[in-house]
Amino acid sequence: MRGAGWKGTVARAAGRASRLAGRGGTSIPGKVLLRLDPDAIGRLAASLPRRAAISATNGKTTTAAMASVILERGGARLVHNSAGANMAGGIASALLAGSGDTGLFEVDEFWLPGVVGDLKPQALVLGNLFRDQLDRYGELESIADRWAQVVATADPATTLVLNADDPLVADLGRERLSPEAGALAPSAAGAPGVLFFGVQDAGLAQERQHASDSTHCRRCGAPYRYDAVFLGHQGHYHCDVCGATRPAPDVFASDVHLDGVRGARFTLTTPAGSAPVALPLPGLYNVYNALAAAALTHALGSGLPDIVGGLEAVAPAFGRAETVQIDGRQLSIMLVKNPAGANEVLRTLALEDGEHDLLAVLNDNIADGRDVSWIWDADFEHLAGHLRRVTCAGTRAAEMGLRLKYAGVPPERIVVEATLADGLDRALQNGDGRLFALPTYTAMLALREELTRRGVTGSSFG
Amino acid sequence: MNIYADRGNLLLLQQRCAWRGIGFQLTGAGLGEAIDPDAHDLFYMGGGQDRDQALCAQDLVDTKREALHAAAARGAVILGVCGGYQLLGHSYEVGDDVLPGVGLLDLKTVRDDSARLIGNVAIEVDLDATGARVVAGFENHGGHTHLAPGQQPLGRVLKGFGNTGASGAEGAVRGTVIGTYIHGPLLPKNAWLADWLTRRALALDTPLEPLDDALEDAAHASARRAAGV
Repeated sequence: MRGAGWKGTVARAAGRASRLAGRGGTSIPGKVLLRLDPDAIGRLAASLPRRAAISATNGKTTTAAMASVILERGGARLVHNSAGANMAGGIASALLAGSGDTGLFEVDEFWLPGVVGDLKPQALVLGNLFRDQLDRYGELESIADRWAQVVATADPATTLVLNADDPLVADLGRERLSPEAGALAPSAAGAPGVLFFGVQDAGLAQERQHASDSTHCRRCGAPYRYDAVFLGHQGHYHCDVCGATRPAPDVFASDVHLDGVRGARFTLTTPAGSAPVALPLPGLYNVYNALAAAALTHALGSGLPDIVGGLEAVAPAFGRAETVQIDGRQLSIMLVKNPAGANEVLRTLALEDGEHDLLAVLNDNIADGRDVSWIWDADFEHLAGHLRRVTCAGTRAAEMGLRLKYAGVPPERIVVEATLADGLDRALQNGDGRLFALPTYTAMLALREELTRRGVTGSSFG
Repeated sequence: MNIYADRGNLLLLQQRCAWRGIGFQLTGAGLGEAIDPDAHDLFYMGGGQDRDQALCAQDLVDTKREALHAAAARGAVILGVCGGYQLLGHSYEVGDDVLPGVGLLDLKTVRDDSARLIGNVAIEVDLDATGARVVAGFENHGGHTHLAPGQQPLGRVLKGFGNTGASGAEGAVRGTVIGTYIHGPLLPKNAWLADWLTRRALALDTPLEPLDDALEDAAHASARRAAGV
């Protein structure tokens, strides 16, 4: 986007200087631009005919990757931010650098209010809310309150794409329900103001997980009762006190089959019809991401064939079930960063037969959350009977090892290494078949660097 | 209440008892449920979000306070972590609201507009006057806890904030009642404290059977390193 005048020129130069200095620099130009021109996001975004934003605790990057494949099949030229650069600076950088007709942005859940006010997206995905990095984000309900503000102040032309199965998110749609009839108020654009997505397959119900967050009816404050739990606190729920229920989804998955770490199959239904989908990404969490991407792109005008074709063609984003070849072995990298996300990865791994080799890399840098307490809320117990050997690395490697010991992994199968490079070597030794790496966020970036250094390439890097 | 990975603390107690052949039974006490002061050796209260804590505070006073006092009087261990610690005192003032406490520790907690106290923390404790030991972990609290004169802190802050960020004191201890802001995996990072609590809860005079604590010791060292001690 070449519309920011001298301020944009200065900002772009700052980005180049930062990259030359070896400091990355993904969000530097945007930060500089916003310092010079606090309204830059709004001004630059206004020249894009279509704009969409995606926020969630888990799945932002993958949902955006899915939506971009779908939209590109329809001929869209996308302006989008790269994974991780999802705060205001990263979004301004993407607007400054890109040119196209459709803006697609993943937005950090905490930064959402300001960014949405500037972007004025036609469609906004609010995917899920889980407890995550309490030291950085504060309590879950304070994020939910911030999101309620986003909904209350959103442009009437913005279609909200909401997860019906997550009551913390679905309740926000009530802000757009007419109080008498409970009917959806039409937006200024004539499209429904709210599009709900969800899972309709009660056969997937499981026991409520340890880490599942307590959810209370936003209307009356009573605890929700669950008829089925699918993932954390996501499921089919109702309020016994005031009668509030899970909204019927407009976009949903039925007949869901999870094929271990390889993928998932389901029947996708949108207002435009139904079709079978073979998703190349694993786990129910990716089915939810696919539903969010399908509902978002439907709201932006994509047809069902593009949606299905796009979902079936999506490649894993880095570290989201990406598989690479190294030393004659397959290495599958699955980011873990909070209990709800980790539980889905662990549950997916446990679907695979046999005993696995695992490389668990726990860092406590700021982007990971300084507090590593969350590993005790994740259900590593799922893996206890499925591990041949676990190698732990990262800044808090020993605590990861201890967690696995108390999850029931025999201590003689647990190895703790001081560095990531040593950990990777050790994990690759004396074994064959697939090796699974579970890194936290900065550990994933370090692993990517280490793999690149060793000449390993993947679909998203190298 | 359970928000900051309190399960880690219960897992440590449970597994270490199991490995030593000590029977361990875990019973949850929900809102409105009475507790039997004589049926348990150890009571645990974890952390919670504001809404949960307010519900818990009233419920503790309505249905559990007498039983907790009776349990403490007969020497049962009562451990409160973070939100649970705050409710072991007399009161928790949040702006104009005052949450009642069970009054087992002589302290009160106040939350004002000042920044939350968040970070790695290490304290020095001397529970039996048998020599100082280190407890390391993570704290994240909006409340500042003020001890009454004569109320003994759990330990002296080596690194981090502690009760107020200024007093140099962390937590509180009164007989077998212990409170601390060192949350979540307090015991995984300090397995020695899990064993101390178990001995106290069972009123054992003899040391517990030693375990292979290589990973536990490494985790303790890692938490101390993170705090810079």
